[in-house]
Amino acid sequence: MTAFLALLGRDMRLAVRVGGGALMGALFYFTVVAMMPFAIGPDLNLLARIGSAILWLGALLASLLALDRLFATDHDDGSLDLLMMGAMPLELAVAAKAIAHWLTTALPLIVITPVLGLMLNIEMSAMGWVALTLLAGTPALTFIGLIGAALAVTLRRGGLLLAVLVLPLTVPVLIFGVAAANAAIIGPAPFGPPFTILCALSLASFVIGPFAAAAALRQGLE
Amino acid sequence: MSTDLIELSATDLACERGGRLVFSGLNFAVSAGEALVVTGRNGAGKSTLLRLIAGLLRKSGGRLDLTGGAAGADEATTAEQSHYLGHLDAVKPALSVGENLRFWTTYLGAPRGAPIRPALEAVDLAQLSDLPAAYLSAGQRRRLSIARLVAVPRPLWLLDEPTSALDTQSQDRLAALMRNHRSRGGMIVAAAHGPIGLDDPRELKLGAVT
Repeated sequence: MTAFLALLGRDMRLAVRVGGGALMGALFYFTVVAMMPFAIGPDLNLLARIGSAILWLGALLASLLALDRLFATDHDDGSLDLLMMGAMPLELAVAAKAIAHWLTTALPLIVITPVLGLMLNIEMSAMGWVALTLLAGTPALTFIGLIGAALAVTLRRGGLLLAVLVLPLTVPVLIFGVAAANAAIIGPAPFGPPFTILCALSLASFVIGPFAAAAALRQGLE
Repeated sequence: MSTDLIELSATDLACERGGRLVFSGLNFAVSAGEALVVTGRNGAGKSTLLRLIAGLLRKSGGRLDLTGGAAGADEATTAEQSHYLGHLDAVKPALSVGENLRFWTTYLGAPRGAPIRPALEAVDLAQLSDLPAAYLSAGQRRRLSIARLVAVPRPLWLLDEPTSALDTQSQDRLAALMRNHRSRGGMIVAAAHGPIGLDDPRELKLGAVT
């Protein structure tokens, strides 16, 4: 447990230091969502109708933004070798890194979400629910992305490969995330079922992600 | 570190990388207090052998065992009882010298709350503890990496050309650390091209057989 917390703490500290990239996700998300009304035009009803899709797509792209460096930096400076030599199972080490990544990139993004309703003609009360869907769904994005990050670690220019590998796998998260967010904003479909499935997706990827990523890292030993 | 009958032994060890047989039929044994220097031309598989022992590469044949040692050590893998000092220093430039070392000592399983200052003093970096590691020179980074071996007791040290980038004074200090490690029953397997300050090491020459 000590090793788990040490790794979590180190990754969070690295993220908030110079060049670490924390808040970059939130900033990118803010920019994408803020640009949308300019691209789409001042049709308030249309903005409210597609607002949830814009928010979720922004969150999806933002969560991929820093993901390709998750293992690559540790691989490049030799830290990954030592991480594998600890007494803690690699699966747990990988999970610690993913949680640190989620806390530093996804959580700030969720915090600023309620404010973005202003841009998209969505009521503040509904935005709370949208933020809740992101809170439930973004762990799935991080933990699915984890697998791609582990696969891409030994490859040069792994970043693009990561997007190609990971984006198709996130389609279910996107579908149910947007469905739940739409239910909160415009109704009339119930909020419960898609939201529950979203939680299930996150929990499942929480289990599968670390094991698959650790297996991919071990396979990449060459 | 109780190191009564600890021994690292390899029998008929082979390793294949990228479809090419790097070495095969390798036999050696290192027991408590001994040092083995692996020599050979470039590409003979010195680093490969060290990474294999560290569990970072898969062997393609033979046996590799670490037997004996501390209580409960039978359950730990060879990797968990080894320190690997490779070409890369595993130092994060954004963290300070002290933070870097503290992380690795905690992660690699030093006792809770163990001080890191003695290890920093052993490599003469104690006064730089608060400096961001980005400002360290190559030799200083290497010394910080060596401090890890001192801070966390593990019976087997795997050193891949440990003296590269070190000045003569630091090489002497490393030699003293290695002597101390062996006197307490530790083992060293090192890859080197020249003398690295080990007293009467055994030698394993790679590339001669194939």
